[in-house]
Amino acid sequence: MELHELTIQQLSDELATKTVSSREVVEQTLKRIEKYDPVIHGYLEVHSEAALARANQIDQRRSQGDKLGPLAGVPVAIKDNMCTTEGHTSCASKILGNFCAPYDAHVVKALNAADAIILGKTNMDEFAMGTSTENSGFGPTRNPWNTETVPGGSSGGSAAVVAAELAYGALGSDTGGSIRQPAAFCSVVGLKPTYGRVSRYGLVAFGSSLDQIGPLTKDVSDAALLLRTIAEHDKRDSTSVNAEVPDYMAKLNEPIKGLKIGVPKEYFGPGLDDEVAEAIRKALDVYESAGAMIIEISIPRYKYALAAYYLVAPAEASSNLARYDGVRYGYRIKNPKDYVDMYSASRADGFGPEVKRRIMLGTYTLSAGYYDAYYLKALKVRTLIKEDFDKAFENVDCVAGPVTPTPAFKLGEKIDNPLSLYMADIYTVTANLAGVPAISIPCGFSAAGLPIGLQLTTKPFTEDLLLRIARMFESATDHHLPRPKLQA
Amino acid sequence: MSPQKSHTPQYRPTVGLEIHVELATASKMFCACTNKFGDPPNTNVCPVCLGMPGVLPVMNRKAYEFAVRVGLALNCNIATYTKWDRKGYYYPDLPKNYQISQYDLPLSSNGYIDLPVDSQVKRVGITRAHLEEDAGKNVHDLPDCTGVDLNRAGVPLLEIVSEPDMNSPQEVMVYARAMRQLVRYLGVSEANMQHGHMRFEPNISLWIFDEAETDGGHYTPIVEVKNLNSFRALEKTVVFEIERQINEWQADSQNYRMDKMSKQNRGWDDVKEITVFQRHKEEAQEYRYFPEPDLLPVEIDEAWLKQIRSQVPELPAARLERFQKEFGLEAKLANLLTSEKSIADYFEQAVRAGASAKRAANMIQSQGLRLANERGTDVGSLGVWPERLAQLCKLADADKVSATATVAIFEAMMESEDSAEKIAQDKNLMQVSDASELESVVQQVLTENTKAVEDYRAGGKKSKKARGFLLGQVMQKSKGQANPKVAGEIIDKKVLG
Repeated sequence: MELHELTIQQLSDELATKTVSSREVVEQTLKRIEKYDPVIHGYLEVHSEAALARANQIDQRRSQGDKLGPLAGVPVAIKDNMCTTEGHTSCASKILGNFCAPYDAHVVKALNAADAIILGKTNMDEFAMGTSTENSGFGPTRNPWNTETVPGGSSGGSAAVVAAELAYGALGSDTGGSIRQPAAFCSVVGLKPTYGRVSRYGLVAFGSSLDQIGPLTKDVSDAALLLRTIAEHDKRDSTSVNAEVPDYMAKLNEPIKGLKIGVPKEYFGPGLDDEVAEAIRKALDVYESAGAMIIEISIPRYKYALAAYYLVAPAEASSNLARYDGVRYGYRIKNPKDYVDMYSASRADGFGPEVKRRIMLGTYTLSAGYYDAYYLKALKVRTLIKEDFDKAFENVDCVAGPVTPTPAFKLGEKIDNPLSLYMADIYTVTANLAGVPAISIPCGFSAAGLPIGLQLTTKPFTEDLLLRIARMFESATDHHLPRPKLQA
Repeated sequence: MSPQKSHTPQYRPTVGLEIHVELATASKMFCACTNKFGDPPNTNVCPVCLGMPGVLPVMNRKAYEFAVRVGLALNCNIATYTKWDRKGYYYPDLPKNYQISQYDLPLSSNGYIDLPVDSQVKRVGITRAHLEEDAGKNVHDLPDCTGVDLNRAGVPLLEIVSEPDMNSPQEVMVYARAMRQLVRYLGVSEANMQHGHMRFEPNISLWIFDEAETDGGHYTPIVEVKNLNSFRALEKTVVFEIERQINEWQADSQNYRMDKMSKQNRGWDDVKEITVFQRHKEEAQEYRYFPEPDLLPVEIDEAWLKQIRSQVPELPAARLERFQKEFGLEAKLANLLTSEKSIADYFEQAVRAGASAKRAANMIQSQGLRLANERGTDVGSLGVWPERLAQLCKLADADKVSATATVAIFEAMMESEDSAEKIAQDKNLMQVSDASELESVVQQVLTENTKAVEDYRAGGKKSKKARGFLLGQVMQKSKGQANPKVAGEIIDKKVLG
């Protein structure tokens, strides 16, 4: 097995037994990035020097017999909407293109404390708004499985670099499926934790009540390991929950006895691609063979979820993005007439079209006279969707279904049709609206060789259960093992 | 135009006041930065109050408690559940381009304050008091550019909104001053006007009515004047607006009415001393309020409320009444002593340490406050702490020092830690009240001034003057240390028998 093919845990074992040094791992990964990333464009920025320096440091500490963190010497990538004092934090936006954060995000601190090595910042849809990474202000990322197709989004860069083995794992953020959808498109594991499980401090906000950081990895065990590293109460994030973080690894390989899996009948309606539906049915058969009960359930308000999401998320975004005005940092046009001109011209120039569209949607939604009809109503729908999930979890341990209606689509295919791009979020936004944890795991390929993902959802703060259920599938199948053939 | 009437309609001003009070917490409302006025620009800032990408606010519990303290003192309902909202508008001094505030669920509402106006009690309703974060400041005195100082950005700001219950400039001023006194009493704000700790926004309208008619009268359109930062500006604004609105009404009484013209914002021009039109309220900004998703709602339980309630001290009005009753002080003096909590505390501590109330009160009025004022400090910081003031009062009460001498002794006590008595002795200011000690001095004076003794004894016109002369001689011979009352009695006894 080649070095780059290892999972985080396998690599950790090799590093621990000193069959390979962290420096060698980083050097080899940097070479692969140099070779393959010009086509894939998963990275916006690679921190080669910092990564090598850190690798040397960790190797030295290891040789001294120092106690090292659980991710010691493992190169990982992070999405460019998490603040790092190293390099830039641009959110793939021209408006923040030259922005260097003066502080590290909570998750960056956690990775550093675990002795992981951050290789660089990954590409994304601008401010995490999109489902294809085509909305990046610095050019799209390509899907390693088929470079004519999109990697999904908005964490497309993170999913692509893990799939292409240009990092051993990555962090993404998920506001309406932005971890799970690209994970499905790229055949990696993507976990969106319960809202409040991971601190958002230092995550550049998109939809504050929906955003959550989570791991993208080659398998479920690695996802458990990364989640364990970043999940922690943080008093700087008032919405992060002060609850014990279980050891997700402890019982990971123990199957759940008498597992009840609910499958919402609404998920198999029109719009769902036949091949995806077939892959999901087969995945459910795998669970059934492992002794699980498959129960048809209903999430009756599912049909309102997408509409509610596209009111709540843009509304919050319109407010969160108000600060990018060119006054204190970021892009500012030259020679503005006055401060109003400075605002409007800098923003008109600095934001891409999708971001502007959502700012306008959100601004409209929050305007006096429309607030009750749109924003407030969306909040009510949100409560009802949460109720639907609560009710479902009275009878089942887990809700299963597709991640996306179709496999990865072609670059440029939908970019002029925002509504059809929004439809790609239809199965994922419910978990964000309800605040529940959800995971995407590889469950097969289409005839064209494009990956398909299975989505699993459990009750809030039961990521341990969710990971075990996911692991049951993984240990019974090989869908997570194939890797794409890369073009140099 | 309305037909000219033979009689003049009457008017009554209707004024409501919004007051912004900066709270004196150690740190800012949503970050750990120092809350301090006057530091070099942009030194008390961090990623949170600079509105950097990715930052999150964390509520300052102390600020919330301070705000609730004010709500309790204003007899408000304290909400057991409140939340935060974002108020969106673009301005360079507002880093996030939204302000975290409270929109539909203020932490306190529906209260009142009772004010003494013309020997009557005037009750002014409090609509609401809510907490928000202050903005920074644009700095315009730089060459070729405008600077932004964000030291103030994120400082906790309490907005207190009154009902339109005030009907004269005098009532407005009594209310405003009472609010300043109250927040200082509560220890929640320095309320230093020069530091911008308190800003006023009056809403002014006139009720114009004609006693000869029964239509209930009319209101002039409401004028809101923004951002007044001194009592002087507030008073002048209200006075000016009342007159301006009367003139407007007289010019066009058919149209200058609340139901025909929208509310307008005006600004106060401190140089010309006039208000200037800014905009009609229908052009009002759209604030796009929505619940702040980065902060949890605040829930106050009984225990927390009880703890905050225990931090509310005796309020100025109650203390004023008690000082009059308990210490027999006249209203004016009691008012002075209760004007500031620090003065009232100082007075009470001195009395508790043994000073007689009247002596202590007079001494604070004539010495302490005068000297504190001269030195720009408060009476408690002069070095004559209450126990020492009590020593001095006791000396005076026991006739051991004269009232005149207390002035010099008080001033000396500010520079020295010696007791009042030691200072009086060192300065030869102890008074001789012992009759046997004074006998010989008096005798000597009488022997040396037989003419005056004759005049005194003779009675009539010259008698009073002669007695005064003799007493003066005794004071001179004793170097001012004789107790004039005792000395006078000895003279009387010796001369008149």
